[in-house]
Amino acid sequence: MAEARAMDVVVAPAAPLGMITLRGDLAALAPVCAAVTGAAMPGVRKAEVSGGRGIVWMSSDEVLLLVAPADVAGALAQIGTALAGQHHLAVDVSDARAAFTLTGPAAREALGKLTPTDLRPTAFGPGDARRSHLGQVAAAFWMAQGGAVTVVCFRSVADYMLELLRVSVAAGPVGYA
Amino acid sequence: MLTLHCPHCGTLAAETELTAGGEAHLKRFGPGSDDDSFEGYLFMRENPKGVHFERWRHSYGCGKWFIAARCTATLEVFGTYPAQSSAPPQHIRDAITARRPGWGWRDLA
Ligand SMILES: [Zn+2]
Repeated sequence: MAEARAMDVVVAPAAPLGMITLRGDLAALAPVCAAVTGAAMPGVRKAEVSGGRGIVWMSSDEVLLLVAPADVAGALAQIGTALAGQHHLAVDVSDARAAFTLTGPAAREALGKLTPTDLRPTAFGPGDARRSHLGQVAAAFWMAQGGAVTVVCFRSVADYMLELLRVSVAAGPVGYA
Repeated sequence: MLTLHCPHCGTLAAETELTAGGEAHLKRFGPGSDDDSFEGYLFMRENPKGVHFERWRHSYGCGKWFIAARCTATLEVFGTYPAQSSAPPQHIRDAITARRPGWGWRDLA
C-alpha cells in the first residue's frame, strides 16, 4: 500500500508485529513480561516499547506484548511455563490486529481529529498509551520517544483505519495543539 | 456531550467511549423471593429528575464497569466510583449533598 503524505506526517502500515494479549495480575505477570519483551512493566496508560518489542498497558489486568512475529510461539510457551498454575490468559492476536504508524510532527493532529482522547502535549506524550476509538472503530495507540505514533486496531477494520488516517491527513491541519 | 472520569484507568472518557448499563445498586431477588420483590428487581426502575446513580462501562477504553452519580436534569456529574461498590462511598454522598442539599434516591439520602 502506498504512503499518504500531507501536513507533516506519513501514514503507513506498520512492519509486522507479533502481538500477545496477556491478562492477569499485572504485578505477578511482570517478570515473564520482562523476560519475553526485554521491557519493564509499564505504569497505568503507559507503553514501554522500542524496536517493535515491548509492553503496552491496556487495563488494570491486561497488557499487550509486542515481540518479533517469529518469536510469538516461543514467547507463549515461555509464558505458559512461567505462569503454570497461576490464573492468566495469553493469546496470540498477531493475525487479529492490524498496526499503522504515523510519523512526523503532525501525527498528534492527524490523530486528534479522529478520537475524543485528550491529545494535548500536556496530556499525551512519548511513552503514553491510550485505548479509545478512531472514527467509528476501536483502537489503541501509543507514542514513541521520537513522537511517532503506532495505532493498533482489529484487522477486520484495517482498510477503514488506513483510509480514515489518510483522509485525516489529506484534509489538512486544523491548528490543533 | 457527557464526559465521565473512569476510576479504573483514570482518563476522562467521552460519551462515545462509554456504554450505558442502566440503574446502579440494584439488589438482586432470585429464586425463593416473593413475586413482588422479583418483579421489582426485574422491572421497577427509578426515573428521577435530579440525582441518579447509573452503571457505565468504559467499553472503548479499559473495558471496566463503574458507577456515575449525576443529575439527569442538568447533566452535572457529582462523581464516579468503581462498580465493585455496594453503595456510594461517603465522598460521593458528600459531593452530592454539597450541590443538592436534601437529595434522596431510593433509600439513600
Ligand atoms: Zn477506563
